[in-house]
Amino acid sequence: MSEPTPGTVAQFPPLAGPPLLGLHEMELNFGPQHPSTHGVLRLVLKVDGERIVSARPDIGYLHRGTEKLFETETFPMVIPHTDRMDYVAAATNNHAYCLVVEKLLGVEVPKRAQYIRVLLDEMQRISSHVLWLATAAIDLGAITPFFYTFRDREVILDLFEEYCGARLTLNCMRIGGLPVDLTPGWLEKVRAFTEPFEKCIDEYEDLLTENRIWKERTVGIAVLDEKRCIEWGVTGPVLRAAGKAWDVRRALPYECYPELEFDIPVGKNADTYDRYLVRVAEIRQSRRIVLQCLDWLEKNPGTEIRGKVPRVIKPPAGEAYASVEAPKGELGFHLVASGGNKPYRLHVRPPSFINLQALPEMAQGHLVGDLVAVIGTIDIVLGEVDR
Amino acid sequence: MSHTLLHNVLIPFIKGLVTVVAVGLAAGVLTWIERRLLGRLQIRKGPNRVGPQGFFQWIADTIKLIFKEDIVPSRAEKALHLLGPLLLFTPAVVVLGLVPWGPELTLFGVTTPLHAAADLNVGLLLILAVSTIGVYGIILSGWASNSKYPLLGGLRSAAQLISYEVPMGLAVVSAILMSGSLSMVEIIEAQRKAGVWFVFPGLIAFFLYFVSGVAETNRTPFDLPEAESELVGGFHTEYSGFRWAVFFMSEYGNMISISAVATTLFFGGWLRPFPNVAWLSFLDVIPAFFWFSGKVFLFLLVYIWFRATFPRYRFDQLMALGWKTLIPISLGNLALVAIAVLWGAAGLKVLGAVLVLLVAAGFFAVWRRPARPRSSTTMASSNVEVRA
Repeated sequence: MSEPTPGTVAQFPPLAGPPLLGLHEMELNFGPQHPSTHGVLRLVLKVDGERIVSARPDIGYLHRGTEKLFETETFPMVIPHTDRMDYVAAATNNHAYCLVVEKLLGVEVPKRAQYIRVLLDEMQRISSHVLWLATAAIDLGAITPFFYTFRDREVILDLFEEYCGARLTLNCMRIGGLPVDLTPGWLEKVRAFTEPFEKCIDEYEDLLTENRIWKERTVGIAVLDEKRCIEWGVTGPVLRAAGKAWDVRRALPYECYPELEFDIPVGKNADTYDRYLVRVAEIRQSRRIVLQCLDWLEKNPGTEIRGKVPRVIKPPAGEAYASVEAPKGELGFHLVASGGNKPYRLHVRPPSFINLQALPEMAQGHLVGDLVAVIGTIDIVLGEVDR
Repeated sequence: MSHTLLHNVLIPFIKGLVTVVAVGLAAGVLTWIERRLLGRLQIRKGPNRVGPQGFFQWIADTIKLIFKEDIVPSRAEKALHLLGPLLLFTPAVVVLGLVPWGPELTLFGVTTPLHAAADLNVGLLLILAVSTIGVYGIILSGWASNSKYPLLGGLRSAAQLISYEVPMGLAVVSAILMSGSLSMVEIIEAQRKAGVWFVFPGLIAFFLYFVSGVAETNRTPFDLPEAESELVGGFHTEYSGFRWAVFFMSEYGNMISISAVATTLFFGGWLRPFPNVAWLSFLDVIPAFFWFSGKVFLFLLVYIWFRATFPRYRFDQLMALGWKTLIPISLGNLALVAIAVLWGAAGLKVLGAVLVLLVAAGFFAVWRRPARPRSSTTMASSNVEVRA
């Protein structure tokens, strides 16, 4: 990778090898209507034969002006809008937003609510990661893991539905705590899913980890080393696969994470295969955390789900930033309050959007067939990229 | 009716008609089998609403496809756009016409050999030649669509063809060496005389033929010209309605014809297992045609199984596999088979026994391999470590 010049974006290394045919390049429009762009991402490719000379993402097809919309809603009314950013991981979106308002309000969240929040977060992480696994595998032509992962994701969504009434756009947290207490018997159902879930992860790995074709398609593809990751601001599994053990849950702990035991899986080669391994390892770690939360909640029954929050939420004028480790990376909210009942400005640090910036660099020099692996490996959700 | 008219006009016409209809019907039924079987492999049900066990689903789909609007891109090369699917479908049917389905059939007092075309003394060469034409259908339809994704699909198909024709041809040569004939019927008879199917001495050749066959039919893991998730649909992106259905039928027709040729060359065609062992003669209760079609069906199941298991190769990896792996192996295998044939009848048996033992040892080694440790704290691969 060549040294980037500060202030410029398009500093890509020259192509490996001479042009295939020596003919002029063809422009290929990849998306927004394409089975592998995970929504409405459009890439304008310049290809020489099948080799990608440059890839330019064109985003905004799903832009809904969410950040401006935040300013028109009162603080509690913002939460459903956050659901619709990363719509496969709504719990962590809710969580990050609630954290930033609580920070400005100075509200203490009860311990029990913290554990339930973490429980929901980690279940969401499992469901988001298995969805990634399903789509990434199907992009590379392996269709069976999709059904295996959806079998298990379905159970998680059913559990969410039982808790908060929604499967996807959960709206499952409130400023200062949670909207409702747990349904009786819900914890047992979560345990009944989580304990044998280890076997399901083994099944996914049986299909892919040692699969020769899977390895050929992923090893050495879309390498983005630690230095470039940090320069682009890339976080989450992509950064960890590059060897940096950065996890917001550990680095900037929130809620009850300091009390929980978990490890941070770290890769070596910063390629698609290592990102796959890191994500699978993270599913196992999330399962560990879920089990610990279940143990704590079963030992500490109670009804306290919400801290002392005023009826009308009006944080004092000021600024605050809070972030969580979303399944895709660091999800942060920067809130500027003017003392009213609506945010003056609420800026989102969306991991999908920031990780997507690295796509042209990752895709360059690969073949069109690899492009789907590159898009898959970043794990983007266009709802969050475009907002 | 004169004898000439009956045997030179009427019977060939009927046989040809039967072959074309059979390919169409088999392709339809095969889609149902594939979808049901994939459902079983993927913990879901598959189509189960139309008719018993969803069996009429393929008929419903066919009717839908016939009545769908036939869209031709306005700037497409109209004639070639039409020719593409036909050029792909015809070879599949022709090949199936050249493969003997059984020894002889007596119907209404007329006895005729059970294959559509004559038993040519260059049958195998003709099959190779005809099946090569199919790829022109893909290249032409990719080009004639006047669209970029189909063009890439067509180009991929061309690259794939030249990489896999060679190992396939070399694999077929092993069968020719063992039988000493290019006639499909004589290859089967040679297997009866040798007392063993050619799959045992020709185990490597069979493997090469089948892998190349998967590549020839554009099935997973070699479905690059199509590549749903990369090229949207590859060469058939711009096709709809019945033209698309013809592509679909050709894919299944090609699968059937590749399986039929593999059955003939390596699995004794219509012969029962161990055709020389007398005490197994009770197996002759099952008519020859059913032995043949049963074997073909088993191969088709393997195709479907592949589809549920493998990811897709990349274009350059597929070429590398063809040129750097399969062609050297097929050349080595050819030398091995040639030596065994020179040695005589015993040579083939020894070669077969050695290969079967080697494969059994390989399976045993894989089976005895210790399982990888997997838990929350140990990683499946040494690439990834955990940091507390």
